[in-house]
Amino acid sequence: MGITVVLFWFLTALAILSALMVVVSKNPVHSVLWLIAVFFAISGHYIILNAQFLAIVNLIVYAGAIMVLFLFVIMLMNLNSDTEPQKNRWLKIAGGLAGGCLFLVIIAGLKETEMKLQVAQVKTGDIGLIENLGMVLFKDYVLPFEISSVLFLSAMVGAVVIGKKD
Amino acid sequence: MPINYYIFLSIALFCIGVVGVLTRRNAIIVFMCIELMLNAVNLLLVAFSKMHYMSSVLVNPASTAGADAQIFVFFIMVVAAAEVSVGLAIIVMMYRNIHSVDINFLNRLKH
Repeated sequence: MGITVVLFWFLTALAILSALMVVVSKNPVHSVLWLIAVFFAISGHYIILNAQFLAIVNLIVYAGAIMVLFLFVIMLMNLNSDTEPQKNRWLKIAGGLAGGCLFLVIIAGLKETEMKLQVAQVKTGDIGLIENLGMVLFKDYVLPFEISSVLFLSAMVGAVVIGKKD
Repeated sequence: MPINYYIFLSIALFCIGVVGVLTRRNAIIVFMCIELMLNAVNLLLVAFSKMHYMSSVLVNPASTAGADAQIFVFFIMVVAAAEVSVGLAIIVMMYRNIHSVDINFLNRLKH
């Protein structure tokens, strides 16, 4: 059992445990911190798959920018205690049951496909390096890249317009 | 690493996100669970890209098959960043109007 396999199982357990803690923890600030742990575990998976560019982008954009934005909003609205005073136990049970059924159905559907003979390449392979991804991004996907700047501009204008006091 | 493990891990993360969306009533936590589901799909896309690359590099050593999937993940992250900024602005506006982020109070369209 090599170091890669040990690391894979460690990161998998970390991701699933942290994701469960996101859902069950009462305090929204704790949920945000557990979600950051999930993103770190997923970045670790990207590094194992040798997708280094995406690992760094995931850390910077998700764990850095987006989660700080969430934390900022939670602390701005002073939500870091109470939340959800009314309890509806049946709703929780029904939600858990529905999610579990979805999990079971997809697992049962995919268990016996011929896909299980395929292997994802780990540790080697250089398509995930920034050199190759940059070539692909700025040769074949230049137009979507430029259009995404318009998307960001419109998102910025939208956030300002929505957040403005009228 | 067999692709099955990545598929099952992604399905587990996705279903945890679904359970969170269905059970929690705090709008911010619902939003965070949606981010969790997006990340599960991103992980699966990267795993499939490496699988595709491995099968095509045997035929042609200079192949760059699978790079498209990673570019796609990059664009998903771009769209998610824009989505989060607008969504959090909407949640802040909702908090300003009804002084709560409980989604059970957002039933005005029903009446």
